[in-house]
Amino acid sequence: MSAPTESHQPLAVHTAALVKNYGRGDNLVQALKSVDFEARCGELLMIVGPSGCGKTTLLSVICGTLGYDSGSAAIFGRDLASMSSAQLTAFRGRNVGFIFQQFNLIPSWTALENVSVPLLLNGVGRAKAEKASAALLAEVGLQDKLKVRPGQLSGGQQQRVAIARAIVHEPRLLICDEPTAALDAASGRKVLELLKQRACRPDRCVIIVTHDSRIFSFADRIAEMEDGQIKAVHGTGDTQKLYV
Amino acid sequence: MLRLALKMLYGDRAKYMMLVCGLSFCALLMSQQISVFCGLLLWTNATVRNIRVPVWVADAKVEQVNEVVPMREIEVQRVRSVSGVEWAVPLYWSLLQTRLPDGTFQAVQLTGIDSATLVGRPTKMRAGNVEDLRLPNAVIVDQVAIAKFAKRGIALKLGSTFEINDKEARVVGICETERSFLGQPYVFTTYSRALEYSPPQRKLLSFVLVQPKPSVSIPELLARISAMGGLRAFSSDQLKWDTFMWYVKNTGIPISFGTVVILGIVVGIAIAGQTFYLFVHENLRFMAALKAMGAGFGTLAQMVFLQAFTVGFTGYGIGVGIAALFGNAVLKKGEPPFYMPWQVLVFTGVIILLICCLSAFVGLLKIARTEAAMVFK
Repeated sequence: MSAPTESHQPLAVHTAALVKNYGRGDNLVQALKSVDFEARCGELLMIVGPSGCGKTTLLSVICGTLGYDSGSAAIFGRDLASMSSAQLTAFRGRNVGFIFQQFNLIPSWTALENVSVPLLLNGVGRAKAEKASAALLAEVGLQDKLKVRPGQLSGGQQQRVAIARAIVHEPRLLICDEPTAALDAASGRKVLELLKQRACRPDRCVIIVTHDSRIFSFADRIAEMEDGQIKAVHGTGDTQKLYV
Repeated sequence: MLRLALKMLYGDRAKYMMLVCGLSFCALLMSQQISVFCGLLLWTNATVRNIRVPVWVADAKVEQVNEVVPMREIEVQRVRSVSGVEWAVPLYWSLLQTRLPDGTFQAVQLTGIDSATLVGRPTKMRAGNVEDLRLPNAVIVDQVAIAKFAKRGIALKLGSTFEINDKEARVVGICETERSFLGQPYVFTTYSRALEYSPPQRKLLSFVLVQPKPSVSIPELLARISAMGGLRAFSSDQLKWDTFMWYVKNTGIPISFGTVVILGIVVGIAIAGQTFYLFVHENLRFMAALKAMGAGFGTLAQMVFLQAFTVGFTGYGIGVGIAALFGNAVLKKGEPPFYMPWQVLVFTGVIILLICCLSAFVGLLKIARTEAAMVFK
C-alpha cells in the first residue's frame, strides 16, 4: 500500500502479503488477498469500501482477534503469529481499544462499570478504575450518567460511553468498527469530533472502518478496499473525491 | 470482574429466576424424596429402636427384625449358658388383632417383655407406670394406638379395656414409641401374658435379648452364640442395618423413590443446563467483546463458574430449605416418614454442584469456540 504519510512516525500496524480465507474447497472465499497495509502512530486512518470487500476481516486480523492464513501482521513491531492465544489476549488488553458498531455495552452494568472493564482486566483495583472511569466520563460530558445503565442512554450517549471505555486504559491502537452507523448525522459528527479530540495523539493510532462518507473529512488517510485488496490510499486533503 | 459477573447474572432476572427455580425444584425433589425414603426405611427397624438392648438372638433363618421364626423357650437357657452373657431374657413379638369396645378390630404389635426385669420396656412414658405391667391383664399402649382408637371414637386412657384373642387387656400406661413401618400400634405386656394372648403354638419365643459381660466384645459374643447352631445373633446396629437392607433388596421402595430422584436430576439438568446455556448464548456477544478487550479464558471461566455456582447455591438453599420445612411440618404430624441425615444434604449438594459444573462447562465450551472477532459481525 502506498502511504502518503509522515515517514518519521513509528509504525503502529504493518501487514505484508496478508491472506485470509473462509471455508474450504468449492466454498472457499478469499476475504483478504495479499494485503500490504500500514498505519502509523499519530494518524487517524479510515478503511472504506463496499460491503464484503474485506474491511472487517482486515480490522479483525490487525487487532489480533482473528487468525490469518499467510503473510505477516504486526502491531507496534510485535509479530501476531509469534504470540500464543493467551499472550495475544493480554497484548490486546494492554494495547488495543475497541469501539464497536453496536457499542456492545453490557446492559446490566452501569456506564461507570462498563468503562472500568479494560482497567479491571489490566489488574487495576476497583476503586482506582472507577475513579479514572468517572473522570473520563465527565470529560465526555456524561458526569451525571455514571450510575445509569446503557438502556437508559441515547445512542450518542452510549457511543460516548463506548469511546470512554476504549481509551480509559490509554491504548496505543484504537480500533473503531462503523462507530457512526447506529447514529444520526449530528450524533455521528459529535462522536467523531470527540474521538478526534480525545483519542488522537502522537503516540496513538486510530483505525476506523466505515461506510459513512460524512465523516471522511476527519481522516488523515483513507484506505479504499475492494475485493479483498487495498485499491488506493488517499492522504489528507485528497479525500474529497471519495464523496459520492 | 467477578462482581460484575454477578451483576450480569442478576441483570437477566427472568433467566436468573428460572435457573434458581429449576435448581430449587431439583434440590427439593431430591432431598425431600430421599428423606421420605430414609424415613420410611427407618420405620422398618423401629422395633429395634424401641427395645434397646445390645444383642438380639433369633432363629438362624431370620434375616430382619420384622420377620419372626418362633423358637423353643429352651433357647433362652442355651443363650444364658454361653460364656460372656451377662443376662438373657425372652421377647415375644407378633401382630395380633384386638377387638375394640365397638366391636371393630385393630391390628397391634404385641410385645411381651420379661416380667421380672422388664427389659425391653418403653423408654418414654406419657402416663402410668411401667411397673404396673405386672398387674393382671395389664398392657401399655403407645401414642399410635391412642390416635388409631380415637379415629374410631374411642378415647383410650388409663383403665380403658379392649380384647386380645377374647382376653381382656387393661391399659395401665401410655408410652411413646418410634413409629413402625407396619404402621400398627405397639402394645406392651409381660412375656407370660403375651403367650396367653397369643394363639396356641408349639414355639412362641420370638427373640432372646442379651446383655454381654463388660469383658466381652459384642462381635465376639455374636460369634459364640451363632456358633452354637440353630441361632443367629445380631448386634443392635447390625439388626437395624440388615432390616434396612432387606427392605431395599426385597421391596419396590428404592425403585419407586429412585425414579423420582432420577427425575429430579433430569429435570434439574434439563432446566438449569438449558437455561444456563441460553443465558451464555445470549451474552455471547458481550463475552466476545470482553475477550477482544483482553479478558483471558481463565477470567471468563471464573465469571461463568461463579454465575453457575451462585444459582446453584441459591437453588440448593431454597430447595433443601423447603424440604426441611416440609419435614418439620410432617414430623409434628408423625407421617409421612421423614428423616434427613447430613448425607442427604451432601448428596443433594453434590448433584446440584455437578449440574452447575455441567452447565458452566457447556457454556464455557461455547465461549471457547467463539472468536473474539464475532463482535465485528
